[in-house]
Amino acid sequence: MNAVEVNELVKKYGEFEAVKGVSFNVNEGEIFGLIGPNGAGKTTILRIIATLLQITEGSVRVFDYDIEKEADEVRKLISYLPEDAGAYKNLTGREYLSFIATFFGGKKEMVERGIEIANLGKRIDDKIDTYSKGMIRRLLVARALMNKPKLAILDEPTSGLDVINAQEVRKIIQRTVKEGTTVLLSSHNMLEVEFLCHRIALINEGRIVEEGSPEELKEKHDAKNVEEVFLKVMK
Amino acid sequence: MSMMALIKKEVKELLTPATILPIIAMTLLFGMLGNAIGGAVKEAREKPSIGVVNVDDGKFSDIIKEECNKMARVIYNGSSKEDIEEGLNILKNKGSALIFIPANFSEEIYKGREGKIYIYWIMRGAGIMDSIPFGAIESILTLIEREISTILVEEKGVNASALSPLNRSETTILKGIEMQGVSPGIISNMISSQSTTVPIIMMIIIIMAGGMVISSMGMEKENKTLETLLTLPIKRRSIVIGKIVGSAIVGLLMAVIYMIGFSYYIQSFQQTLPLNLADYGLSLSFLDYILIGLSVFLALTAALSLCMVLGTFAKNYKSAQTLTLPVSLLALLPMFMIMFKDFDTLPLALKIILFAIPFSHPMMAMRSLIFKDYALVIGGIAYVTIFAFAFIALAVYIFNTDKLLTGRIKRGK
Repeated sequence: MNAVEVNELVKKYGEFEAVKGVSFNVNEGEIFGLIGPNGAGKTTILRIIATLLQITEGSVRVFDYDIEKEADEVRKLISYLPEDAGAYKNLTGREYLSFIATFFGGKKEMVERGIEIANLGKRIDDKIDTYSKGMIRRLLVARALMNKPKLAILDEPTSGLDVINAQEVRKIIQRTVKEGTTVLLSSHNMLEVEFLCHRIALINEGRIVEEGSPEELKEKHDAKNVEEVFLKVMK
Repeated sequence: MSMMALIKKEVKELLTPATILPIIAMTLLFGMLGNAIGGAVKEAREKPSIGVVNVDDGKFSDIIKEECNKMARVIYNGSSKEDIEEGLNILKNKGSALIFIPANFSEEIYKGREGKIYIYWIMRGAGIMDSIPFGAIESILTLIEREISTILVEEKGVNASALSPLNRSETTILKGIEMQGVSPGIISNMISSQSTTVPIIMMIIIIMAGGMVISSMGMEKENKTLETLLTLPIKRRSIVIGKIVGSAIVGLLMAVIYMIGFSYYIQSFQQTLPLNLADYGLSLSFLDYILIGLSVFLALTAALSLCMVLGTFAKNYKSAQTLTLPVSLLALLPMFMIMFKDFDTLPLALKIILFAIPFSHPMMAMRSLIFKDYALVIGGIAYVTIFAFAFIALAVYIFNTDKLLTGRIKRGK
């Protein structure tokens, strides 16, 4: 079964067409990456799949659930990490994870797993208000993955993290996938995409202009890496 | 040139719908309040309408009639004691007082005794402005007394009875209830003091809790937590209700703290009340208190659901603060209107506006229930219930659309 099926997806904001008939599938258990320049429509697509935005035309199914008609069912299966997400500043890291865990059954193990992923040490019991940007991002990644969602939708998961923390997060994502989670992510970091993703889709001006595994795309475009593929395709 | 560009940028940034709309709302509300006060001022300038039933055929009763005709609009003239009832019936809807001058009034004064005069005050409301005609009638009576005194001093010299020739017996009729020996001023003060607490509590709760709901939405957007919240496996309806209930709890808690201080203030003058309204049947039963509580609860729910809808327009905490202004004004307007005028004595347009504001109903409930006006209270409860449900439904609808994130309500399809 496909984890995500996107068919002829169109999203309009008034007269502006942000997504222009996009179709792609995400296989269960894979890491699928959406890459493209700013304003290409990556975040809009992720927000639609995360049940935040409504579809103008086309259809999207997540584990065979229609995201518009069965949004409540879809939300039970997904976990969404927005690019510039924040957390409730008056809570401690632990309280925040516990709060989120209550919506997924509130299991203690879930919180402990979140604490392990966040890897904030004793600071987990400090108010989020005192955290650095990187610490908040780690907490949010932990929040998104601690419940072992069937589909994790991660918009720029390593945004704002330093090299070491970013690498840690990538390892966590890989580990989560091994445990059964499908990941759909967007990123500007081509190295990250190449390192993490089984398959990628290149998006430009609301359209998918290329799709395949990093290896396939490198071979097709005679490129050394995904960045080169990206530059060639965008030309 | 660069200065102009800077000014233009500042104006453009500050002049947004979020800042303009509350100001327009405020202007409209002040206009309404001005209309209400303006009507009362016009009423104050007019001569009061009264009735005179004169059974005396002496000189002093002629003075009373003459002064009344000069300074008031006498719409009923009677000549026997039996005419009092007819006069009161005629004055019921358009008059402010009926003066009854009994037989031998002038003779008693000439004998050096006080002349008894009966005044029936007709109150239609207990607001400050509802008492305006009584002040004018009081002035007429003072003038009459002074004129009689002058005649007595001229004819008989100074003595105690000449200085105080009238003995007034007052009866106030308010919404069909006759209260003997009580002036409208005392009744108005007592009812106002007893029914002021609920409007003030309501105003505080609405401003506090309403502000919290709107701010909560603004903070969700500013702190970028809203998207996460909306993707959690929980119904949007539950998010809306959770926010409303959470804010209501905090708002009520804060209102209780405020009210502890305010109750001391109220008690300070309630201890010196000159009469017990319960003696005239003007008291609240257990059922009345339940109806007031229900009205308060529903109005709070309505206020919070309205704030929830407004909160969806908040872009951040700062814009949320601006959006609380129209809600605060909607809470203040009925409080002032009720303080000045009773619902019954308002012009039709203002009655409609007051009824349409859901926060008015608990504010009016106590005074209405004192006079057993259940229709207004129950009608208000029904209206506020519909209002609350409609706005909760609207909030849930907005939560189910793109509006929260994109600012557009219309669906693309």
